[in-house]
Amino acid sequence: MKERYELNKQLAQMLKGGVIMDVTNPEQAKIAQEAGACAVMALEKIPADIRAAGGVARMSDPKMIRGIQEAVSIPVMAKCRIGHFAEAQILEAIEIDYIDESEVLSPADDVYHINKEKFRVPFVCGAKDLGEALRRIAEGASMIRTKGEPGTGDVVQAVRHMRKINGQMAKIAAMRKDELYQAAKELGAPYNLVLYVHENQKLPVVNFAAGGIATPADAALMMQLGAEGVFVGSGIFKSGNPEKRAAAIVKAVTNYKDAAMLAKLSEDLGEAMVGINEAEIELLMAERGK
Amino acid sequence: MRAAVLALQGAFAEHERILEDMGVEYMEIRQEKDAYQDFDALILPGGESTAMGKLLRDYHLLHILKEKIEKGLPVLGTCAGLILLAKQLTDGTPHLATMPVTVKRNAYGRQLGSFVTEADMKGIGRTKMVFIRAPYIVEAGEGTEVLAQVDGRIVAVRYKKQIGLSFHPELTDCRHIYEMLFHI
Repeated sequence: MKERYELNKQLAQMLKGGVIMDVTNPEQAKIAQEAGACAVMALEKIPADIRAAGGVARMSDPKMIRGIQEAVSIPVMAKCRIGHFAEAQILEAIEIDYIDESEVLSPADDVYHINKEKFRVPFVCGAKDLGEALRRIAEGASMIRTKGEPGTGDVVQAVRHMRKINGQMAKIAAMRKDELYQAAKELGAPYNLVLYVHENQKLPVVNFAAGGIATPADAALMMQLGAEGVFVGSGIFKSGNPEKRAAAIVKAVTNYKDAAMLAKLSEDLGEAMVGINEAEIELLMAERGK
Repeated sequence: MRAAVLALQGAFAEHERILEDMGVEYMEIRQEKDAYQDFDALILPGGESTAMGKLLRDYHLLHILKEKIEKGLPVLGTCAGLILLAKQLTDGTPHLATMPVTVKRNAYGRQLGSFVTEADMKGIGRTKMVFIRAPYIVEAGEGTEVLAQVDGRIVAVRYKKQIGLSFHPELTDCRHIYEMLFHI
């Protein structure tokens, strides 16, 4: 299984410098692939609509996911509920390339996350801080993403999580080795993973930004803050011109330091998703799962 | 010696780390102006070939790099990089199309089909090979030299100064392959 875990972490390495886009049907998946997405996330409703609809949000229909798998050659990811290992088993059975154990769906377990080591397919999980990231990795996640507030078009939380994780890693790296046991206790994370962070000042897996990214500038901001790639959920297909916006965000991730190019990429994109501010929403999805 | 690494998307940083360890100077190609600089070898990394292919076209890099390779620039393509080099794909439009091989994308299936193995590589010997949603070479045309096969399938070829691999030497720190590129 160790070999499988390595391969799963390595698939995430291949996604770096890329954009993973939420899609709800094969047509959108093709648009995403043609725009340069490095993977797609197949789901029935994008987060903005899940938020608007309310009620319990669950794993998508496997038939709908299979339709997307057949439509594109890039990796296809899908979401299961936090702690819902039966949904994850179903996604593994249809040979999904990556499972997102996601707070966007209604949690199935308010205490335990999935024991991801039991699976052969890789998992990506959200994290607000370093302790949460390392706990998910200890459970077997082979990729981490920030837990920015989905479906809002507000990037503030993704920024907060990325800064927090990087700040905590810098602190761990600067500590004396004999202080790491206490740090592990405070973080609620296994010592061996804290030691890895101390020695490398990075997570042992790839870390993407997710949640609230709606513009090329948002993507560039997250990349400059240290994200290794971005997830874009509602931001693309809730906007005026999805094809153009998708392609612009892809390019913004490749050339995130070139402000002149970012200026050009930000022109004439049509209407961005309207969005809601963090303070205006009643349900903070990032608080699901710790 | 100065190497260039195509840094549009994918695992380019892993190649760069090896170059650093080997003491080889390198630069990144992210947009058109980068491709006009002088460099002695080119590395095309793993990642998503459709994403890289689109960006190669959008940034007007396709023809510049194709011309340089055809004029004899040594190039190493790994996984998606091999797909970029292939003159023919069993499905889809070729990209740089400088190497006379036919490549099948996602030839081992989805992520559950990814694997690690060891096989002999010509000029190097026993080599650990990591295959991630990997392609393989269905047909190697005239002038190509098969460097390695796994289960009867071609996974490494050389054509003139071009090396194409289905697997990822950047993930196993296999420096022999980089040395092969620099001394081609």
